[in-house]
Amino acid sequence: MKDAFGSPQSLLVLGGTSDIALATVRRFLARRTRTVWLAGRPGPRLDEAAATLRREATAHGAQVTVRTVAFDALACESHEEVLGKVFAEGDIDVVLLAFGVLGDQRADEQDPTAAVRVVRTNYVGAVSAGLVCARALRTQGHGSLVVLSSVAGVRARRANFLYGSSKAGLDAFAQGLSDALHGTGAHVLVVRPGFVHTRMTAGLPAAPLATTPGAVADAVVQGVRRRAGTVWVPGALGPLMSLLRLLPRPLFRRLPG
Amino acid sequence: MGPARPAPCGPPATGALPHPAGPRLLTGWGRTAPTGARVLRPRTRDEAVAALRSCGARGGIARGLGRSYGDAAQNAGGTVLDTTALDRVLALDAVTGTVTCEAGVSLHRLMTVLLPLGWFVPVTPGTRYVTVGGAIGADIHGKNHHISGSFTRHVRSMDLLTADGQVRTLTPGSELFDATCGGMGLTGLVLSATFDLLPVETSVMSVDTERLPDLDTLLATLTATDHRYRYSVAWIDLLARGTAAGRAVLTRGDHAPLSALEGASGRLARAARREPLAFRPGRLPPPPRTVPDGLLRAGTVGAFNKFWYHKAPLRRRGELQRLASFFHPLDGLPHWNRIYGGTGFVQWQCVVPHEADDALRRVVRLLSRRSCPSFLAVLKRFGAAGPGWLSFPTEGWTLALDIPAGLPGLDGFLDRLDEEIAAAGGRLYLAKDARMRPELLTAMYPRLDDFRALRAEVDPRGLFTSDLARRLAL
Repeated sequence: MKDAFGSPQSLLVLGGTSDIALATVRRFLARRTRTVWLAGRPGPRLDEAAATLRREATAHGAQVTVRTVAFDALACESHEEVLGKVFAEGDIDVVLLAFGVLGDQRADEQDPTAAVRVVRTNYVGAVSAGLVCARALRTQGHGSLVVLSSVAGVRARRANFLYGSSKAGLDAFAQGLSDALHGTGAHVLVVRPGFVHTRMTAGLPAAPLATTPGAVADAVVQGVRRRAGTVWVPGALGPLMSLLRLLPRPLFRRLPG
Repeated sequence: MGPARPAPCGPPATGALPHPAGPRLLTGWGRTAPTGARVLRPRTRDEAVAALRSCGARGGIARGLGRSYGDAAQNAGGTVLDTTALDRVLALDAVTGTVTCEAGVSLHRLMTVLLPLGWFVPVTPGTRYVTVGGAIGADIHGKNHHISGSFTRHVRSMDLLTADGQVRTLTPGSELFDATCGGMGLTGLVLSATFDLLPVETSVMSVDTERLPDLDTLLATLTATDHRYRYSVAWIDLLARGTAAGRAVLTRGDHAPLSALEGASGRLARAARREPLAFRPGRLPPPPRTVPDGLLRAGTVGAFNKFWYHKAPLRRRGELQRLASFFHPLDGLPHWNRIYGGTGFVQWQCVVPHEADDALRRVVRLLSRRSCPSFLAVLKRFGAAGPGWLSFPTEGWTLALDIPAGLPGLDGFLDRLDEEIAAAGGRLYLAKDARMRPELLTAMYPRLDDFRALRAEVDPRGLFTSDLARRLAL
């Protein structure tokens, strides 16, 4: 159960090797979290992430259980079974829906199969996993689903509209889901970070107002505590994007980046 | 004397259990951590049994008037058994001075019914809007704990609906009775109880008030003279700094005898002479549903505390006060919990043994240094503990305070206070908790293992459960 300050006791991370998700897990582990499920593609990276979290928790003297579960965002038909098993072992207080791929915009434009893979991961896979988790949260009558959206989904840009369109779909889905769950005890938090320095964006030129996984993690912790519907990271992106949305297309097109 | 009352009363029991529309969001009085549950409101014992049978895999928990501050009367994804329709006063024995009533009867209702007949409840907390079932489940205490103990000390018997669907009549001394007293509703559903009443001559209080300049003087005064008063509580100013930290207004008193009304002047005395046992407490309109967060911060609360402290007389004896303003000042403002805004507030109440008063001093110092905006901080001396396994009151000092939940860094700060209390052999009150670390619980409640073992025996499937029980693994 979450406490009065929204600190969860159990976490499920979809995309268990995501930098942002792991930073968030660390914040929660420092508070009340004692059970963590890392769901992701099985392999050394997932095992390594779990081992690191275990090591850090032991160093703090906390009794923490970190488990991994094989999860593939693209294998939608398996989501029900895989995630169902996790929820069957006990309540999950916070689900972090954190998987996603950036793709390679220029290359993917020439290769529709690769483009579809981005969309299927970021949107279709998230819809499937999100619905499975939402049903479980509704049944248990409590819990937060944290959906990692992106400012890229707010207005399509030449530089990353494939990724952006998948996040736009995800964002709209999460907002609707939030309304669908209203009054059930389950809660959806939509997180819209700007450019975040992570493994996914390594090597890319940083956009203005670039932020870190730690800052996104802090915003998630605050958002869960306040039971907020949306958080922007950094917060200034909220009003900024409202303005950019109104910018005429010819001007918007000419913006750098 | 008041009018004769027909008993039992309450709505007639007809038809089947009303079926709820969908899940309802519930919180405790602190308005934090809402969860969804199906709410059933049984009106009779048969309906209560039927409601219990209909609880699914996520079980059920009793809920009265929702005055527990935390998540004790919530059951996410499960069933919440609203007891407020089990509201019949069944019998009043004027010879032995006992009353038998259903679990959903509130202390407010009992006072309205019994005061005109010259009886008062044995123990009342700071609000009358608690049910008898809740009073047993949380084993509530009041300003008379140092003399009269907690509520369940006065309970002669109770009927408990257990997970097997049986109704068991429990009397003091049995294991299940002791586990149920303070057991947070986890042993079963209390259906009715018989308990002792206190005879009173009037419905007014005779009160002595003193202003004490610091914590040391307060503790010394309480230790030396508390036994002379039936009721005693100190409001303390946690925002005063330095040597004034913990300065207090101490109010102590008893029910005024008829003789005290003679010769007394003032409107209340005149009214009380005409109608000594009248009980008609007034209520203000409630605050609006949405109040902005952050109204109560160190600045506003500090100013209030200063005013409240200096408004109190240095020393006043034998003042007549209305019963409601002495015991339940906040009941005059319905939904007062809204003033903390949407993020709600947490209550923190601890008790430490008398010999560990150093820990109390440290805690008060920490609170004062951090400028915790608490305008409802009270300190009191508890008497001996009762037999309830998870019952909170134990002999020592108890400190209770309210803090806005939105205060940055409050979670870690309260954890630190918890550590102090646990190390000093003290404990926290489960009916108020919404955030403690489960790991500290075994040290605070040494009979927790017995409680768990008995629960496993009486309720092997864990039918009775709550958000509190899940959070703290009770």
